Amino acid sequence: MAIVMKRPHALRDVPTTFCPGCTHGIIHRMIAECLDELDIEGKTIGISPVGCTYGNYEFFNCDMVQAAHGRAPAVATGVKRVNPDNVVFAYQGDGDLAAIGMAEIVHAATRGENITVIFANNTVYGMTSGQMAPTTILGQVTQTTPFGRKPEFHGFPIRVCELLSTLDGATFVERVSTHNIKNIINAKKAIKKAFKVQLAKKGFSIVEVLSTCPTNWGLNPSESLKRIEEELLPVFPLGNFKGKDLEV
Amino acid sequence: MGEKMLMKGNEAIAEAAIRAGCRFYFGYPITPQSEISHYMARKMPEVNGTFIQAESEVAAINMVYGAASAGARVLTTSSSPGISLKQEGLSYIAGAELPAVIVNIVRSGPGLGGILPAQGDYFQAVKGGGHGDYKMVVLAPASVQEAYELTVEAFNIADRYRIASMIMGDGTLGQMMEVVEFRDEEDNKVYEKPWAATGTKLLRDHNVITSIYIDPVTLEKHNLNLQAKYKKISENETRVEVYNCDDADIIVAAYGTVARIVKNVIKTAEKEGIKVGLIRPVSLWPFPEKAFQKYADVPKAFLTVEMSAGQMVEDVRLSLNGRNEVHFYGRMGGMIPAQSEILDKIREILREAK
Repeated sequence: MAIVMKRPHALRDVPTTFCPGCTHGIIHRMIAECLDELDIEGKTIGISPVGCTYGNYEFFNCDMVQAAHGRAPAVATGVKRVNPDNVVFAYQGDGDLAAIGMAEIVHAATRGENITVIFANNTVYGMTSGQMAPTTILGQVTQTTPFGRKPEFHGFPIRVCELLSTLDGATFVERVSTHNIKNIINAKKAIKKAFKVQLAKKGFSIVEVLSTCPTNWGLNPSESLKRIEEELLPVFPLGNFKGKDLEV
Repeated sequence: MGEKMLMKGNEAIAEAAIRAGCRFYFGYPITPQSEISHYMARKMPEVNGTFIQAESEVAAINMVYGAASAGARVLTTSSSPGISLKQEGLSYIAGAELPAVIVNIVRSGPGLGGILPAQGDYFQAVKGGGHGDYKMVVLAPASVQEAYELTVEAFNIADRYRIASMIMGDGTLGQMMEVVEFRDEEDNKVYEKPWAATGTKLLRDHNVITSIYIDPVTLEKHNLNLQAKYKKISENETRVEVYNCDDADIIVAAYGTVARIVKNVIKTAEKEGIKVGLIRPVSLWPFPEKAFQKYADVPKAFLTVEMSAGQMVEDVRLSLNGRNEVHFYGRMGGMIPAQSEILDKIREILREAK
């Protein structure tokens, strides 16, 4: 009998802490599959953020460093500069990366730090029970925008990939999604390429992954996937913003 | 005899770090510690080291957190307002038990304050400026030579105990030039760091560097371990200079720049027949309470002199625990106490004590 599907070696045999229907688990699996396929688990150090994925140091088999809220790119910089032959990735959410950590991500990118950032954008603060994020779309109801996000009070959502792609130091910038199989396959390809960019010492790579939060969106899992397609894609268009033709 | 060089205090600190094997420096510009950054920017490339001018003090201390996680000797330097920004990182470094060295060339506050010398950051440094129950080793040099030696020692202490060590000086120490004699046999000890995040090579279980423990039983145990470590550091790493105290009429407590002024006061006072002793805490934490207790009953009174509104004086009082009078004289805002002011205060105290 042939094994057609198994847990990636880079993923530990522990239960995840995510809610049913949340796509963080899928993103973690894709990262782990890339570590396996590129055979880099043994030299990889992951940086855990603050938010729903704060505890992902328990999920990955590689060495892990837990960072303060928003500081993962600075911590990743320190780790990578000490051992440049290690592979260093940071996993960040939208509040972590685009609000409190905006300075750290912009400057890690503009320095061209040879690290990979996996940025899960689900347009809401999940861990703290559903407040407005910098990526919350107009009209979206959250605990701190109970009447919907209104530009006159709350301003506009930030498009991280578009912003970072203006920086010369950013080498590979791509936005992908988890709302169906086709897009998950594309997402995995982008994550793998981001790691390859790092392995080729080409500089800063980031993959923004549109992700669900059924709990804080007040939707069931399938409605949540539909919301990505119908409401988020018009605001956060998928595609490569930088490094599309880079051969690695 | 080691090699000798005329250097600024700031430069001596930078040179000491390099000689101690530090190859990673992360900083953000602020007066009056700029010479350290400049020195590192020039010297790090010569020794295959890394110098990064970070986007903020917050980023710099988190780069320190990352480099320390990877097992490197790492330094960041700043001055008071920048050190305030680093407090978040210092608390995480304490929680994750990472070795790192931080230099605070203190300026006067609060707020943006001024750039002239002060000692108003004592509470922040020794009582824990960040959140949670934690300690940092805080060393306060009083000369350029001592700045050099204590910086080397700060790296050794940090590695030995997996703790942050702070060198606390001020603009006077940072800017003044004195001869430094480097030690021939540099104290460049190599500590094994099997806990560091360097990659498993698929040969061991993964290492995790973290300060979060969601389970309260585990977190309390972690805290108890930290406290046990701090107790051990108190027992082993307390540093103090006791000068002229054996039959002193009055004992002055002062550290850093102020202690040097007091040494001159001692000479002047002697001519008037007043015997002044000095207890100079070199480690501000752990505080040398035993030195104070040993001499508690010797003088007619104690006097603490600081460039603050009175911060270390609280630890002097706690150490003496009511066994003798503790007076205070302080200047603030970048004003340095003159010898004559201190001597006047000594005369006044002794007059009233008779």
